[in-house]
Amino acid sequence: MKLQSINDLEALRQKICNTYDPQRKRIRICMTGCLAHGANKVRDALANELRNQNLSQEVELVETGCFGFCAKAPVVAIDPEDIFYQQVQPEDASEIISETIIKGNIVDRLVYLDKTTKERLPYTRDIPFYKKQVKHVLARCGRIDPKRIDHYLLHDGYKALASAITSLPAEEVIDMVKKSGLRGRGGGGFLTGLKWEFCRRATGSPKYIICNADEGDPGAFMDRGLLEGDPHSVLEGMLMGAYAIGAEYGYIYARAEYPLAIKHLKVALADMESLGLLGDHILGTDFSFHLQIKEGAGAFVCGEETALMASIEGKRGMPRPRPPFPANKGLWGKPTNINNVETFGNIPLIILHGSEEYARLGTEKSKGTKIFALAGRINNTGLVEIPMGTLLRDIIFDIGGGVPKGRKFKAVQLGGPSGGCIPEDRLDVPIDYDSLISLGAIMGSGGMVVMDNANCMIDVARFFLEFIQSESCGKCVPCRIGTKRMLEIVTRITEGEGKESDLVLLKELADGIKATALCGLGQTAPNPVLSTINYFLNEYQAHILEKKCPAHVCSSLIKFEIAQDLCRKCGICKKVCPAGAVNWEPKTVAVINRDICIQCRTCIENCPAQAII
Amino acid sequence: MNTNPDLTYIKDILEDYIHKNGALIPILQKVQDHYTYIPETAVDLIADTLNIPPSEIYGVITFYAQFYTQPQGKHTVRLCRGTACHVKGSKSILETVERKLGIREGETTKDGLYTLRIVACLGACAVAPVMMINDDYYGELTAEKADKIFTRMSLLETDSVPEELNKKKIEN
Repeated sequence: MKLQSINDLEALRQKICNTYDPQRKRIRICMTGCLAHGANKVRDALANELRNQNLSQEVELVETGCFGFCAKAPVVAIDPEDIFYQQVQPEDASEIISETIIKGNIVDRLVYLDKTTKERLPYTRDIPFYKKQVKHVLARCGRIDPKRIDHYLLHDGYKALASAITSLPAEEVIDMVKKSGLRGRGGGGFLTGLKWEFCRRATGSPKYIICNADEGDPGAFMDRGLLEGDPHSVLEGMLMGAYAIGAEYGYIYARAEYPLAIKHLKVALADMESLGLLGDHILGTDFSFHLQIKEGAGAFVCGEETALMASIEGKRGMPRPRPPFPANKGLWGKPTNINNVETFGNIPLIILHGSEEYARLGTEKSKGTKIFALAGRINNTGLVEIPMGTLLRDIIFDIGGGVPKGRKFKAVQLGGPSGGCIPEDRLDVPIDYDSLISLGAIMGSGGMVVMDNANCMIDVARFFLEFIQSESCGKCVPCRIGTKRMLEIVTRITEGEGKESDLVLLKELADGIKATALCGLGQTAPNPVLSTINYFLNEYQAHILEKKCPAHVCSSLIKFEIAQDLCRKCGICKKVCPAGAVNWEPKTVAVINRDICIQCRTCIENCPAQAII
Repeated sequence: MNTNPDLTYIKDILEDYIHKNGALIPILQKVQDHYTYIPETAVDLIADTLNIPPSEIYGVITFYAQFYTQPQGKHTVRLCRGTACHVKGSKSILETVERKLGIREGETTKDGLYTLRIVACLGACAVAPVMMINDDYYGELTAEKADKIFTRMSLLETDSVPEELNKKKIEN
């Protein structure tokens, strides 16, 4: 059935609402990120158990996107109470059905345990991880089945689009987005409304709109979460962008490494087409829009907008100089607008609730919320959404639950290969685009990788340089050769061959690359090195002057010996050594056989006493 | 290695794409899905049909990490070397897997069973360090766990152990 008007859409929504009973028992299970922890088996077990108890009709089993709390995967929630069960195994299914669904009892062992208060917290709303979050863009993620457009429609889906294309002139949509203060969530932080205006005013036809879903920053999975968990919200925002700038054709450029996101997008596009929300004369208006998915082929640099367009055109994904900007000369030489996934995800909120309401959250120059991916050495890994202006410390310690294994927080890396590492004494900073730049990092797309005292910052700097070297497109000399020289120097330092003059040389190279590289990726490539020199100079000095790696990471600087006075004689090193190089008898100090040792550092990672030096 | 694969499939798909803009990458993706790699003869055929020089097609193939010019193993191992995985020790996992399979990153085992690839980031950072074998994720890896996974995968290939039993073992 094709919807011919806004009335048709509202009638359909009403029909869906009428059949929806909010008091019905529902079991929600994350079938995206939790799949890595066997969520599909849990889903099967729950479905089986419902069948066995003859409850398949009565109780709805909803396959959702990410709940955010990935550390507790697989996660399951029971509605209407919103009970949160964590680390659910297939064996738990029968008890969940017989106790919680049938009798209304909580299964204690599946409930979140607050480690400080020792309290069990059965409801999502009480769990500290969720308490400080404000889920606006992710509001539906983990609540609806992303493969079902009726679920999206039930939660105000396509309401903003319908009102925009039937009653708001394109200029007014742009004005609302401008007034909201929304800045691009892909990293740069350019004002979205202004970008749209440039493209609207550009001459040339047809115009294109592109959704950049090539989330290549290692350590970032926000866009993946949003696309897998609520693809329609992104598509609705994209359609409004198309309407605002006057684009008739669009592309979603998605990473091939995200097969599930692509699958959910395909389902969403098919549903939109069958309802007439894509194609000619959407909702009976003059607005027509055609959208295609383009799968990437594995090149980090394609996240850069001019490289991305080259890739869509079927070429090597190499950036070109700007100007001309894509707004004037983009895809196939036509005016083109590119926004990131999360940016589009914000648009329906602005149109639906108004610019003022949207801009209520955030700091003076950064409005709304931001999604971050928490990963690395942090207890509560997952996807979080917070208002701009939240303290970095609150994200890491209150929401993220701090660093595991009793280790000490050392740094948080923000912005991937273009960003920087922020140390503990700078954590009391309200997060926004500008504050992070002043700290030598960038907002980036939102990856936050936490490091503890067992991570070496020079090793981290080398890691990013290796990454840039393998991903550099090779077009400009500063990036291709400059970062290569930087990598050689940093590698030398990690191998104990560093000189004091290396730091001067690194800074000189960094300045040159920043000033002269062709694209944003090259220009920001020295950031991880600069920020680690800035905040962790003592670690560089330890490597260079004392030939020591304080974190025991750089293999060339480790003796792979066990310190007699530190060893707890526990034998863990023997147990974990994959090469069988550790000799240990109960109650004796372990000895590493250096002839067999492969220097894999597994023992160091696992030693509770940090006795391997 | 079969150097002269049957190109009928490519002829068929080229029909669909011949008049489309930006068709080269989707064509190469389809070819690779079908053959597991992009055969040399396929490049010539695509070049002739689309009227693009073969050198340009090779330029595209070698630019992107996901195009291969050699046949791939039966199982593709994609080991994540993203930031979160790195700070949680993915380097030693990589070394373990390389040792276990007797190949380096990018290579295929002699028996044709495994191809090992490094991925810049799988986006499964919450369960780092992580790898994928075909479509299955294996998260929170340790060197020991990775070693066991391949021991059992190999058993599955050589012995007649029921698949279900083995899968269970792998997860434990």
